[in-house]
Amino acid sequence: MSLLVRYAEQSRPPLRFFLDGQPQTALSGDTLLTAILTCANRLRQSEFTGENRAGFCLMGACQDCWVQVRRGNGPVERLRACSTLLEDGMSLSTSPAAPPVMTGDLP
Amino acid sequence: MNSPVSTPLRPVIIGAGPAGVRAAVTLAAAGLRPILIDEAARPGGQIYRQPPAGMTRPPEALYGFEAAKARAIHTALAPYAGQIEHRTDTLVWNIERGALDLMHRTADGQPVSTVLPYDSLILATGATDRILPLPGWTRPGVYTLGGAQIALKAQGCGIGQRVVFAGTGPLLYLIAYQYAKAGATVAAVLDTAPFANRIRALPGLLNCPDTLLKGLYYTAWLTLHGVPLHSGVILREVAGPEGAVSALHWRDSHGQDRETACDGIGLGYGLRSETQLADLAGCSFSFNDLHRVWLPDRDAAGRTSVTGVYVAGDGAGIAGADAAEAAGERAALALLQDRGLSVDTARITVLDRRIARFRRFSAALWTAFPVPAGWAQDLPDSMTLCRCEEITVGTLRRTVQADAPTELNRLKALSRIGMGRCQGRMCGVAAAEVLAHETGRPVSAIARLRPQPPIKPLPAATIPADTAGEATP
Amino acid sequence: MTRHLRADVVIVGGGIVGGSAALFLRQAGASVILMERDRPGSRASGVNYGGVRRQGRPPEHLPLSQRAHALWASLESLIGEDGEYVRSGHLKLARSATDMASLEAYAARVENFGLGLRLLDAADLRRLYPMVGDSAVGGSLCPEDGHANPRLVSPAFSRAAAAAGATILDQSPVSDVRITTEGFHITSAQADVTVSAPVMINCAGAWAGELAARMGETLPIAVIHPLMAVTEPLPHFLDVSIGVEGGGIYGRQVERGNFVFGGGRGFAHPKAGAATDSTPPDYARPERHAALRLLAQGTGLFPALQGCTIIRSWSGVEAETPDHAPIIGPSRIHPGLFHACGFSGAGFQIGPAVGAVLADLVTTGRSVTPLDAFRPDRFSSPA
Repeated sequence: MSLLVRYAEQSRPPLRFFLDGQPQTALSGDTLLTAILTCANRLRQSEFTGENRAGFCLMGACQDCWVQVRRGNGPVERLRACSTLLEDGMSLSTSPAAPPVMTGDLP
Repeated sequence: MNSPVSTPLRPVIIGAGPAGVRAAVTLAAAGLRPILIDEAARPGGQIYRQPPAGMTRPPEALYGFEAAKARAIHTALAPYAGQIEHRTDTLVWNIERGALDLMHRTADGQPVSTVLPYDSLILATGATDRILPLPGWTRPGVYTLGGAQIALKAQGCGIGQRVVFAGTGPLLYLIAYQYAKAGATVAAVLDTAPFANRIRALPGLLNCPDTLLKGLYYTAWLTLHGVPLHSGVILREVAGPEGAVSALHWRDSHGQDRETACDGIGLGYGLRSETQLADLAGCSFSFNDLHRVWLPDRDAAGRTSVTGVYVAGDGAGIAGADAAEAAGERAALALLQDRGLSVDTARITVLDRRIARFRRFSAALWTAFPVPAGWAQDLPDSMTLCRCEEITVGTLRRTVQADAPTELNRLKALSRIGMGRCQGRMCGVAAAEVLAHETGRPVSAIARLRPQPPIKPLPAATIPADTAGEATP
Repeated sequence: MTRHLRADVVIVGGGIVGGSAALFLRQAGASVILMERDRPGSRASGVNYGGVRRQGRPPEHLPLSQRAHALWASLESLIGEDGEYVRSGHLKLARSATDMASLEAYAARVENFGLGLRLLDAADLRRLYPMVGDSAVGGSLCPEDGHANPRLVSPAFSRAAAAAGATILDQSPVSDVRITTEGFHITSAQADVTVSAPVMINCAGAWAGELAARMGETLPIAVIHPLMAVTEPLPHFLDVSIGVEGGGIYGRQVERGNFVFGGGRGFAHPKAGAATDSTPPDYARPERHAALRLLAQGTGLFPALQGCTIIRSWSGVEAETPDHAPIIGPSRIHPGLFHACGFSGAGFQIGPAVGAVLADLVTTGRSVTPLDAFRPDRFSSPA
């Protein structure tokens, strides 16, 4: 299920990317937001309620579309989906990161 | 921090929309070498936002009647390429004691922060939608009106197949028209402003007959194509299965509860100036009764209370793209005058007259499309007001009962409203209305949220330019 | 017409100390009026880091700190809310063998105070706190230290005092002080009120030095602006509050997931209008270089923070003394006047106990808690 609907500019070259581990296809010139929401129904989950979110303002003001991105073997970073263009081979995640590490109990 | 007057620094302009571009070009034409900073990759701002390279639709398809103006803004910088330094993809995250803090990413993605001192600064920071939440507004499928338009303009996408545009303001009709033309089904346009307001605003709207005519054209076109237009409505709730939109519940002007099936909603109540940087630059602010927000104090030319700092365009109070172009040029001329350079005073007269006319028109627009009276009255406690921190109306009401905060920053400290990623851009207007209503005070009496750097999220991995081996200019 | 109010005690300053003093004095039966220049808990008490930490305090401060520790345990019954207080543990990290030796020496020195410190070597640290980066070679854990939300706790003390019968006059900055044989007469022109009382407590934070000077007494107080920043909410990765031997950075992850960390200094927010006086500023702002240094320190200590974003930074207005110890005790020159100020960025944990101690001093003339290290006269020429 997708949230955004493509109405124009559909003959652009395709780009491949991974969304939550699954291979997907978008178009060259897509933002991360467009790439994700033309093949999924959420961008991220609220940290507090777990509710799905899919961005809001699309112009870098509401900050409701930060997603986790990995380029190749690079580190995981957070990027604002509405204002970042998709690059071929990116891995995008709509889930909160796994905790970096768990804390342990004292011996 | 500032250099001696004898060797002024390069003037800095923040924002490459119509105001910022016109300011840059005006300064360059006078022989100066301005630095133009913008978060986007290409000039145009949000109103004339350019799609990424590789898209093929012509400006006529993207900007309609405004295509020529858009094209002019897009191409205005090129003749001055050697003179105007256009720093794209650059976030201004702070202003401190006469210098800007800029963040950009290097080719390998490393975020780097640079200090840029200024002695002349034009803030052309633009605007975003003024949002008044309704229950369900955080669901995927609900976007700002501006966001709905940008999806179409910059990405060729719509926010759904069957879409409702709701709230108030002229953008409702423009965007509904654009969506319908693009092939979407516009299920309804729901305007909270009573139609009578538009009649009352007519004399003021006649200040810009062309713009008024365009608005009438969109409305007529929508009617002709069977799009239901309703005025004087009350928006009730966004409904649907978890995590999706299936309908908008609303009440018509006769008090009848209605429901419109849809899979996307564009929401907005006019625009709201982006003023965080003016605040950090130390500009004084006053409450503007018309816009119901705090705006930086400025003279007719855009001079703020801080010497050398100017504001222009929608960031200084909403007046639209044409006014922004005139105000950008006007602020640049003021800057030139303040540097002791000669300017064309006849041009100033023309601009001042034009800006005044746009402002009269814009004032009439607020009459035609006001913030709904009593909006804060009947909100359910369970409604999320702050979408970043997920603070509900009920939490705000409990905070007011417990502590009797009289101003917004106290409410923020106690409830977290406006403390999240967006620093109140989306919820600030609504929180002010709620606090005013709950305490029985006018909105003008409850202050504004103090912005804190970074004004937008800054990567924790950001390093100073000198560490990164980059020269600080 | 100016209102004229009387009470047994007038407190100037509605931070955590003033609120707590008002509460304990009410519990002891005294009538109390608290005057606050803005809103209770709106300055240093309400915007600080929120560390509730005993570890690292000098031994002579620990009796006061231990008394506070007991009060924090019953916070909810004291102020009516939990204030997000958790005994998460406080882990102080060493980044060198020298620093580790100094942690060990501290642990030995405070052994008899019952802090329950546990020294951790590098292997312990990797096993127990793998999120800590390689720059740490060991640490010292104080399991019952923790943190709380100062935005909630500090205003709640004044609210609790009000509920117990204290009069809280907010938005009442002091404009005039008169001292007569009957006591202290404090006027706020802004609030159009004069308060008279035989006993006065000066816990006006950064403004305490100025207030004392009005009464002819010099307190060696400098104004400082600690710098803090906070990340976006992150998945849970850290359940202790972190400090570093030698200072520089401290951090904790709040329950909602944000990592709050501090270190370095901000600067005074330029005052509006023509204020050229030497009074402290109303607000402070983060300083860019310090902020970027703080980011580097944070990501250095916790590599997991590399990929996240900072959503806000802030600073506050706080008072510091030359020896970094607070000033708590009777005035050198005015009988009936007590000072409690100069907390030097470490007042939040001891705040509740300082209020209790002030109530002791006012009602009985002495306190069971040793206060020698805090004597207001310690800065005078040696005896």
